[in-house]
Amino acid sequence: MLTYIIRRLIGAIAMLIVISMVTFGIFFVVPQWAGSSPEAMASRYVGRAATPETVHLVAQKLGFYDPVIVQYGRFAKGIVAGAEYDYGAGVEQCPAPCFGYSFISGQPVWPDLLDRMPVTFSLAIGAALLWVLGGVSVGVISALRRGTFFDRLSMGTALAGVSLPIFFTGMLSLVVFSYGLGWTPPGGSWTDFTENPAQWAFNLLLPWITLAFLFAATYARLTRAGMLETMGEDYVRTARAKGLSERDVVVKHGLRAALTPILTLFGIDFGLLIGGAVLTETTYTLPGLGQFAILAIRNQDLPQVMGVVLFAACFVVVASLIVDLLYAWVDPRVRLS
Amino acid sequence: MSFLDVKDLKIHFPTDDGVVKSVDGLTFGLERGQTLGIVGESGSGKSVTSLGILGLHKGGRAKISGEIWLDGEELVSAPAEQVRGLRGKKMAMIFQDPLSSMHPYYTVGHQIIEAYRIHNAVSKQVARKHAVDLLGRVGIPEPGKRVDSYPHEFSGGMRQRAMIAMALSCDPELLIADEPTTALDVTVQAQILDLMRDLQREFNSALIIITHDLGVVAELADDILVMYGGKCVEYGKTDEIFYNPEHPYTWGLLGSMPRLDREPTERLLPIKGSPPSLINVPPGCAFHPRCPYADRTEGRASTEVPDLAPTERGHLVRCHMPRTERRSLWENEIKPVLETQ
Repeated sequence: MLTYIIRRLIGAIAMLIVISMVTFGIFFVVPQWAGSSPEAMASRYVGRAATPETVHLVAQKLGFYDPVIVQYGRFAKGIVAGAEYDYGAGVEQCPAPCFGYSFISGQPVWPDLLDRMPVTFSLAIGAALLWVLGGVSVGVISALRRGTFFDRLSMGTALAGVSLPIFFTGMLSLVVFSYGLGWTPPGGSWTDFTENPAQWAFNLLLPWITLAFLFAATYARLTRAGMLETMGEDYVRTARAKGLSERDVVVKHGLRAALTPILTLFGIDFGLLIGGAVLTETTYTLPGLGQFAILAIRNQDLPQVMGVVLFAACFVVVASLIVDLLYAWVDPRVRLS
Repeated sequence: MSFLDVKDLKIHFPTDDGVVKSVDGLTFGLERGQTLGIVGESGSGKSVTSLGILGLHKGGRAKISGEIWLDGEELVSAPAEQVRGLRGKKMAMIFQDPLSSMHPYYTVGHQIIEAYRIHNAVSKQVARKHAVDLLGRVGIPEPGKRVDSYPHEFSGGMRQRAMIAMALSCDPELLIADEPTTALDVTVQAQILDLMRDLQREFNSALIIITHDLGVVAELADDILVMYGGKCVEYGKTDEIFYNPEHPYTWGLLGSMPRLDREPTERLLPIKGSPPSLINVPPGCAFHPRCPYADRTEGRASTEVPDLAPTERGHLVRCHMPRTERRSLWENEIKPVLETQ
């Protein structure tokens, strides 16, 4: 078990290094292949009005003339150990993890990311709770009542859930519940949890439900398929033969085995979501990481884009690491290999 | 009335293609301390019968009729919850493939403890001790350690022993073993059969062994019931069935049984054809399309379902052929061939 954990940890770290290389490559190496000169890249840092001499100087300071490997080393070191920027007028400290400074605001990227995180976190955790509980229970009931009206209705709804994009269901929910009925606050409402938990939950209710609907659909279908399979397994028959109550047979024996693929999917979904629920945040104008990413791309704010990409990638890697470890805990057969 | 009395049991499954008559009018009885072997090909209704006794078809699509009396309690008409209370406690089952029949995610100990605690209000520690005792009793070395192993960490024979331990956890009075040795190595088979015999003596339970292996029932059973197409075709004392069988199907089974005392070069005598569809059971005697003697019944074989009639030797046979003819066929044609082989 310990070697399994260590192997997975090493794998996760290697994955992060590769991701940072690829990200760096996309933003610094590929433009050069495409014919962009170091000066052209440096000009993004100094604004349009700068003279060619200034641009050249900045490009030198930022090390754009150095070999790629040196540039990557500097970039990676900034993230791990922090960096110092020499602007001529004095040295500025950028503490680790340093993703550089925004082109637009001149603020360091990392604190901005941290600011946005609670919004996305709140959105993801609430929605995840809803969709896992909702999706899995609907899936279980559908499997047990296969072919009944409930099964057809829920699977039909699930099909709609997977097919309808969030900007449609999101908009619709806003039009109906916020602007029409006035039950829920309009888009853009955000209260920090520490300020007022009730208001926090109330503001997020609509985004939670909309986002959960999308995911719950997939989970319901997956759970149903898994349950139909496991409930036909020999060990479920054994559980019944022992005299176990039907509820325990379903939950402890059937569902337990059907949960494994759901766990895998959940890890990836949740990791992706933590990195920014772009569509949901945009639809409900929530100031989270997804919205941050969209703004950064629209502004061509390179350090911010890189920051958010790496940040999001980290979550996916960490989430899948956790899933791998949980997997071994859930399925003892995994521990062997 | 016997300890277990099954009367005219019918288990039918309605499907889109028609009604599958898996068990169609089965009657038998069994006393405590006795062993009944139910023999037949795949699809003859053996397993469905055993699951039916345990009430595992309740709530499903199956249509069940007839009576199952267990120690004075009628189970077919009893509510599902009442039968559930008996399951695992008064009657338990050992399944065919212990790897797929044990939950891969739980330790062997956990599964035995679970079975014990359903019917006994005891603490986990007490149940665990009981599980270790049981594992020791079924011959698992170092039971205190193996109790925390997962099924996939056991060998096939060990798993079947663990499965038996689980079935025995609540001292069941009726034990049903569905092909208990089919998935095992031949050497392990013998050990498991010995174990089951010893345990049965110890617990004085009634044992039903379901198998297609006549060697297994020869070893263990007091009575043998031969099933074909969901019906009993021959039922009697083990010695009678082996030494004086009267149904052509039983002859076929005996002929297709590999034996050590035969010359290895001799061919087995398989029964021609394949088991009948349980939806469109052949009219008349279900076995007649495969029966080499069907022409000796004055045409009744394909029109009339034969009755399960007693012979003077006290066992029951479902065959149209006149008794004298069956006897002479066995004595003059079948037995000599089986013996010379």
